[in-house]
Amino acid sequence: MARIELKNVTKKFGAHTALRGLDLEIADGEFFVLLGQTGAGKTTTLRLIAGLERPTEGGIFIDGADVSGWGPAERDVALVLQQYSLYPRYTVRENLEFPLKSKIRRVEPEEIEERVARAARTLRIEHLMDRKTDRLSGGEMQRVSIGRAIVRKPRVFLMDEPLSALDAKLREALRTELKNLQMTLGATFLFVTHDQVEAMSMGDKIGVLDRGRLVQIGAPHEIYNDPRNTFVARSVGSPPMNLVEGRVVQGRAVVAPQRFELPLNGQASGAVEGRPLVFGIRPEDLNVEPGAPVEARVHDVENHGVEKILTLIAGDTTLRATVSARMNVDVEETVRFAWNPEKVVLFDGESGISLRHAS
Amino acid sequence: MTQIELRSIKKFFGEVQVIKSVDLFIDHNEFIVMLGPAGWGKRTTLRAIAGLETIDEGDILIDGKAVQHLKAADRDIAFVFQSFSLYPHMTVYENIAFPLRATRQSKAQVDQAVRQVAEILQITPLLRRRPSALSGGDMQRVAIGRALVRSPKALLMDEPIGALDAKLREEMRGEIKRLHMKQESTTIYVTHDQVEAMSLADRVVIMNEGVIQQVGTPEEVYARPANLFVAQFVGSPVMNVAQVHVAEKRGNAWVFMPDSSEGFIFPSELLTRLDGKTRGDGLALGIRPEGVLVERERREGYLPVEARIIEPLGSHDIVDLRVGSHLLRARTRSGFVPRPGERVWARIDPAQAHFFDMASGNSLGVRL
Repeated sequence: MARIELKNVTKKFGAHTALRGLDLEIADGEFFVLLGQTGAGKTTTLRLIAGLERPTEGGIFIDGADVSGWGPAERDVALVLQQYSLYPRYTVRENLEFPLKSKIRRVEPEEIEERVARAARTLRIEHLMDRKTDRLSGGEMQRVSIGRAIVRKPRVFLMDEPLSALDAKLREALRTELKNLQMTLGATFLFVTHDQVEAMSMGDKIGVLDRGRLVQIGAPHEIYNDPRNTFVARSVGSPPMNLVEGRVVQGRAVVAPQRFELPLNGQASGAVEGRPLVFGIRPEDLNVEPGAPVEARVHDVENHGVEKILTLIAGDTTLRATVSARMNVDVEETVRFAWNPEKVVLFDGESGISLRHAS
Repeated sequence: MTQIELRSIKKFFGEVQVIKSVDLFIDHNEFIVMLGPAGWGKRTTLRAIAGLETIDEGDILIDGKAVQHLKAADRDIAFVFQSFSLYPHMTVYENIAFPLRATRQSKAQVDQAVRQVAEILQITPLLRRRPSALSGGDMQRVAIGRALVRSPKALLMDEPIGALDAKLREEMRGEIKRLHMKQESTTIYVTHDQVEAMSLADRVVIMNEGVIQQVGTPEEVYARPANLFVAQFVGSPVMNVAQVHVAEKRGNAWVFMPDSSEGFIFPSELLTRLDGKTRGDGLALGIRPEGVLVERERREGYLPVEARIIEPLGSHDIVDLRVGSHLLRARTRSGFVPRPGERVWARIDPAQAHFFDMASGNSLGVRL
């Protein structure tokens, strides 16, 4: 079990800067998710902690000890990758035993047997133990890979998109299993993904990376409800938060005069009057109902069973709204909508930074 | 304007029968999505319609004419693959114009057709570029453009956006649908992604093990799944399914989960409706997460349960509730259950409950 700290870490590959001044603290027993697109620096961060890369600047600490000079083995961290990296000709049992049979570790045979049995039980792969790994499904293989990490009892689990190669149903099932596993083990997890659903559903905390910079760290509900800037606002939620440009006039949000004006809940102080802003509103906080103040044309209806997602066009503004699956609505129909003024987030029109975070 | 009909088509790969007698009628301008897990016949069916694969038995009719003996090129059908398959040495314009080469149209006609398609797909500014300079989404737009330029009778798509990242997929989904509405072309689209199927299709065809499991509108397959396979394939998170037994007590029906001493209350009507439909312990209850109702305070008709894992998804939470030896996943308002380990009260909304025969997996058609 361990606490991880990155202090002002910068990593350059030649002329390219992969990470810029990263400060990050992961508490003991925390499930921390780094969320970002390809090239944002997620995998680099993971490799730095694992000891597979050295930082260009800054320090990496595990339980307070500066490990920057330590090799990967000394750091005692386990890495689980998207590709399974199992030995195909070995059975599941042999694959699980393998990391413990290394000469440096010198684990007693009874101890090996016990740890392998416990890992198999935790991951529910007991029935597969004598099967060769090339005869397993993707989900089973990924469970064995995780098992190989568990048996070592590492101080930290580092996971690099371990679910990305699996199909949707399996991802959904393994998401819960992984979260359960982390709670059972009480272990520190650093989990890297580009999938916002994984980040939201599994993380105790999420760090959002944008081109090598950590933009925001927070609990899932903080990231979702109080994004630091428009980048974070777009990174979580499906469909993403609606972002519309406009101004505040007499305490009201005006996107297009006479066409699209909605109330704000007194959150816009006089200082922002007239300044270019971006209003952020989540699709579930738009209410489509007769008599609401703004008229829109329905551009698209997606029926997801539990709810419908409407694409609305008001003037030249496109908005997504989530409504009940029972609502009868067709493409090209005219509807009216309002928003929940409590839920509107105001961003600066130029910097994109939320006014709540700007002070 | 094209109708496509499949009559008892069958296909073997060696010993394995990948298509086991499929019948399907696709009407003019319909958008059909074939949905199912990998490796169970949907792709082969699509390729058979296109003429990229032969069939062993049955008929494929396009506008009433049997075409199973015609070559792909003679069926006048366009096909879009997941891999973009563009010519790297040609510009976007040349790629789109390519299928018109053999048609002996004048330069002006070709130019008009290319520009019209580019306009629809909003790639006019890219016409002079080469494929290597395009993003994944734009490459797939070009591939679709190339398929559309001949104004084919039907457009077949094989996971066309499966290789793109999540945000782009969402965007392309909308575009493909609007494109279909504009072109009014009969479209068959194959995917294993149920969200794509639900959001695109006029009708969804769900296939598994070479057999059509159900054909219906997205509403129908979601609200009235024909069997357990469909019930659990459509919808995310998956529908809860548990083997249950039903008993009568104090004039009501009670549904007991495995190893649970307390049951969920249902109207007594359930007993008569289930009567004779299933034998003994062969009954399964299916309930979607939004059909599991959760309260924080004790309430009449609600069972005390423990919340295990909470998945916050922003707009709502998915909460795992322990009932007997079983976990029920419930959809709640976000933050409704404050933390794992909390005791809450739950019931099952009878109007949203489904009942299946455990042995056959078929729905018993009992809805309250």
